[in-house]
Amino acid sequence: MTRQQILDLDYLDARSKLIDIAAFLDRVDRAKGEADFRLAALKTALRQLAESTSSDRAAQTLLAFSDPTKEPIAKAPGKGAVGAWAGASDAAN
Amino acid sequence: MRYIEPHAHMVSRTTDDYQAMVMAGCQAVCEPAFWAGFDRGSVEGFRDYFRQLTDYEPKRAAKFGLPHFCWLCINPKEAEDVAFAKDVVALVPEFLECPTVLGIGEIGLNKNSRNELEILEMQVDLAARHDQMILVHTPHLEDKLKGTRLTLDVLKADSRIRPDRVIIDHVEEHTVKMVLDEGFWAGMTLYPESKCTPVRAIDILETYGNERLWINSACDWGVSIPLNVARTGVEMRRRGWSAAAVEKVLFDNPHQFLSQNPRFKLP
Repeated sequence: MTRQQILDLDYLDARSKLIDIAAFLDRVDRAKGEADFRLAALKTALRQLAESTSSDRAAQTLLAFSDPTKEPIAKAPGKGAVGAWAGASDAAN
Repeated sequence: MRYIEPHAHMVSRTTDDYQAMVMAGCQAVCEPAFWAGFDRGSVEGFRDYFRQLTDYEPKRAAKFGLPHFCWLCINPKEAEDVAFAKDVVALVPEFLECPTVLGIGEIGLNKNSRNELEILEMQVDLAARHDQMILVHTPHLEDKLKGTRLTLDVLKADSRIRPDRVIIDHVEEHTVKMVLDEGFWAGMTLYPESKCTPVRAIDILETYGNERLWINSACDWGVSIPLNVARTGVEMRRRGWSAAAVEKVLFDNPHQFLSQNPRFKLP
């Protein structure tokens, strides 16, 4: 497909999703209380995405949220995942 | 459009879902053993679940003319209690000769713990000793990258395991290449909020080619869409894919992989 064809097919969908993210950030701003590491991870990923010129942006965005360590942990703390690696903010602090 | 749903948790779905899948062109459905949303209270609870997967659910699917196959294991979410998990693993061979069992799955990791890893290694050994195919679950969200790497290490360390008889499921853009590069099959799961979406799955196919890849809905008791494989076929056509190219991914690929087990026969 040409770039023009892809824009014709998917531009409005991408635009809509971007505005959803902007509205989500506004909603978080309006709310009270402290945020956690997930918000920082999202903002970091957004910054990386805006600056990226590579054609593997989806992979790079997923990597931005991922646990990069290699050793298994001693014990599972629970069953769920939350979408961002808490250790990223620990490492930054 | 013909398609195979190679990963769906139909025990959680309604008869309306069965009917819709058949109407959309589904030719067979395969159901890996998984977590019920809560931890089962006893090994006997798993025996009942395996009976449901090997006996009752194929009969329920047959009412809609849909062949139903399954994979058996203890899932990684219930692997933290190692002693309990070992008892469940010991139960699995009783069911391996059932006529619709395709192999061991979906095994893998969830939070990438040492206990989960021990049970993963035990189930890989079980598959090797019984010459079974393997279906691997990779972890969710932030845990997927690490879990995929650890899982590949386990599989590659066992010389009895043939990569072409193993599918590593729930790959995304950051894990698909490492799976394919090692010779394994890769599955893309189409979820509304996590894992992959139809448009991204097609991007991956357009980037990495259409060999050793399948797509599935993995529909279960959570937010999921039983018709997402068929919807992806529609999206492929919208993006200019030929009917034959769509069928290659939605039907031929899962058929090729699953047919390595002679039990996988379609009418």
